[in-house]
Amino acid sequence: MTTILTVDDSTSMRQMVSFTLKEAGYDVVEAKDGVDGLSKAKNSKFNLIITDVNMPEMDGISLVKALRAITRYKFTPILLLTTEAGPDIKQEGKAAGATGWLVKPFNPDQLLNTIVKVVG
Amino acid sequence: MTIDLSQFHAIFLEESFEGLQVMESSLLNMIEGETDVDIINNIFRAAHSIKGGSATFGFSNVAALTHVLETLLDEFRSDKRIVTKDLISLLLESVDCVRDMLSAIQDGGKYNESSAIEVQNKLQQVLTGEILSINNPDEAEEIESDVQGWRILFSPYPSMLQNGNDPFRIIREIQSLGSVKIEVDLEKLPILAELDPEDCYLSWEILLHAAVSKDEINEVFEWVIDDCDLKIEPIGSDVVIQDTDNEIIEEMLSTAANARDDVVKGDQESESLSRLSPEVKHKRTTNSGSIRVGIDKVDEMINMVSELVITQSMLGQLGEDFTMVDIEKLKEGLCQLERNTRELQESVMRIRMLPISFVFNRFPRMIRDLSNELGKQVELRLSGEQTEVDKTVMEKIGDPLIHLVRNSLDHGLEKPDIRVANGKPEIGILHLNAYHKGGSIIIEISDDGAGLDRDKIRNKAIQNGLIADDDILTDEKIYDLIFQAGFSTADQVSDVSGRGVGMDVVRKNIRELGGSIVIKSTPGEGSKITIHLPLTLAIMDGQLVRVGDEIYIIPLVSIIESLQIKPEKVKSITGKMELYKLREEYLNITRLYQLFTLTPDSEDINDGLLVVVEGDGAKVGLYVDELLGQQQVVIKSLETNYKHINGVSGATILGDGTVAMILDVPGLIAISKDRAENTVERVA
Repeated sequence: MTTILTVDDSTSMRQMVSFTLKEAGYDVVEAKDGVDGLSKAKNSKFNLIITDVNMPEMDGISLVKALRAITRYKFTPILLLTTEAGPDIKQEGKAAGATGWLVKPFNPDQLLNTIVKVVG
Repeated sequence: MTIDLSQFHAIFLEESFEGLQVMESSLLNMIEGETDVDIINNIFRAAHSIKGGSATFGFSNVAALTHVLETLLDEFRSDKRIVTKDLISLLLESVDCVRDMLSAIQDGGKYNESSAIEVQNKLQQVLTGEILSINNPDEAEEIESDVQGWRILFSPYPSMLQNGNDPFRIIREIQSLGSVKIEVDLEKLPILAELDPEDCYLSWEILLHAAVSKDEINEVFEWVIDDCDLKIEPIGSDVVIQDTDNEIIEEMLSTAANARDDVVKGDQESESLSRLSPEVKHKRTTNSGSIRVGIDKVDEMINMVSELVITQSMLGQLGEDFTMVDIEKLKEGLCQLERNTRELQESVMRIRMLPISFVFNRFPRMIRDLSNELGKQVELRLSGEQTEVDKTVMEKIGDPLIHLVRNSLDHGLEKPDIRVANGKPEIGILHLNAYHKGGSIIIEISDDGAGLDRDKIRNKAIQNGLIADDDILTDEKIYDLIFQAGFSTADQVSDVSGRGVGMDVVRKNIRELGGSIVIKSTPGEGSKITIHLPLTLAIMDGQLVRVGDEIYIIPLVSIIESLQIKPEKVKSITGKMELYKLREEYLNITRLYQLFTLTPDSEDINDGLLVVVEGDGAKVGLYVDELLGQQQVVIKSLETNYKHINGVSGATILGDGTVAMILDVPGLIAISKDRAENTVERVA
């Protein structure tokens, strides 16, 4: 079973992502910010992590860095959800170790197409 | 796969309104010329979330406006722009505009489009100094149609795997674009002993035969463009591409995946695409509204329910072969059941409770705008924001409170020069306070303004024909006049208050909630308005009283005391009106049997009991035959089931199935006052 962690401080976005993925048959765990996401990631094993960038407590970039420091997440795909398509955030995300990104707004199909790319 | 995004609209709107609230209060905390990174980040984050959500859920107007808003905020954040008062006002204006748009989405109504465009243009002007034309995103993409295929040289850097990217995924994606011929270059692959499983040593040459643009191929490599050497060149039609066997690719993929999984000891499972279920449940969105509940409250409830289950099973067991010996155990069990039920009820009620800060939070902004408009200086003090109130009460108290605060600002607080002339500090104080007292919520609005002008109110009332020229009225009675319909004391009706809705509506709304409102005022020192509200609207604690054969319920919160009547303390006026001397006060006695035309046990005042109740700041003694128990009653509306009756606020069903009326204490007091006045008039 593919288990996905979705981290977003916006409940509606998180629920949308989570609902779409669940409908597609994935196991989904939600976290409300970077700190919550990191602690959930530590207590479990996810095959994919999708995180928002701009969040209180711990932002998406810091979360990626923290996850990459954990051995079992060294190669796990981590996707950033971002409203910014500019080179800055991409560079920053890549430098932190993010696998890729998905630019908001996206619809459920676009989300699933991207997910399928990374986890099959 | 189709997913109905409208099911997320309600929650998106809810959190966006919260976000706007955060933006607004943070904006109010912004200080001219200072860049407080924390405050700006707060505002930015809220705007950012609204922008992301609105774009995703298809509210492009909101997304467009928040986008410009965000760009401006970003300039503050990166110190490219200085915070000025005008910019804060413009940002506040934008917040209003977004709120208007979101409300329109919520109610299915319209928003003020012209002001939205105006705000957006203003923001745009600030940003660029001119109005930008919006780029047309639908510009046709240039397609190199004569291209038959592409040669792709893909050599990942050794570190490419470090960020979770997988060359096989990329190759698979390329394969999905058309027919491919793939060759792998193993040259850099070291001997096993020197191989670092975390590095990538392979590179590929891919011949893709498909009529796709270069951009489409680039898009596949989008995430890894900085992690590899990539060369994409067109090939002519003369090159024949033989499809690399799909099986070989699949094999490559699975071997590679397995190998790496062994290394990282992951438990990745490959899931096939067939698992994607095409069926999507369409959940209907309803407008029933939602409520956010803390986990602790839910946990507490679950805890209570499990206790209830234990008690139930205990009683069940007891009932299986019950003998009279077990009667004590049964009583104990029933006691426990009662406790469980009560606790469960309390925790269920708590779910509906929200801190009053939801209402109070509107005021800082309002005061800022109003004081600018009126040329007054006001300091707003808030206290007791965490006091919890029933959600329905909260929703209904918002508008009356706004009206009262507007009134205080408009009529109560003086302009700075007048304040200084009267020896008061320049800045007026408006204090909003909330707290629990017994079973009620008390909300106080106090100011240190001019206070109510007794004579002005009196004259106005005479002018409006509310009272006669020669009426002698107490202060209390005079202040009460402002709650009469169509009463306004402002010399000129200003833009702020006196716009149709009067204090009478305020009082009506509060009374509808089962509450009361009292105003106290000292000329020159200020006024204080106190609102009493019930904690919840659905259930209340009641005192059961008997009058003849009927049982009535008096809300426990209104009862001050119940006492046996001492005949020497009863005074009667003209044989009609009775007064009771309670300590230093005289109370009107209202005989409930007279009011409801019942036959009492006895008409002798010494045989019954007096229940002293308070409402709207006045007290009255209710004469009843007997006091029965106290219990919690579920309030059923009388209006919906029958019609409104003076002195009765609702009905309930008692344990034995009979219906009992719940008395409306402020209403009874009003009736009793009317009767008293009629009597006094006759005496005079």
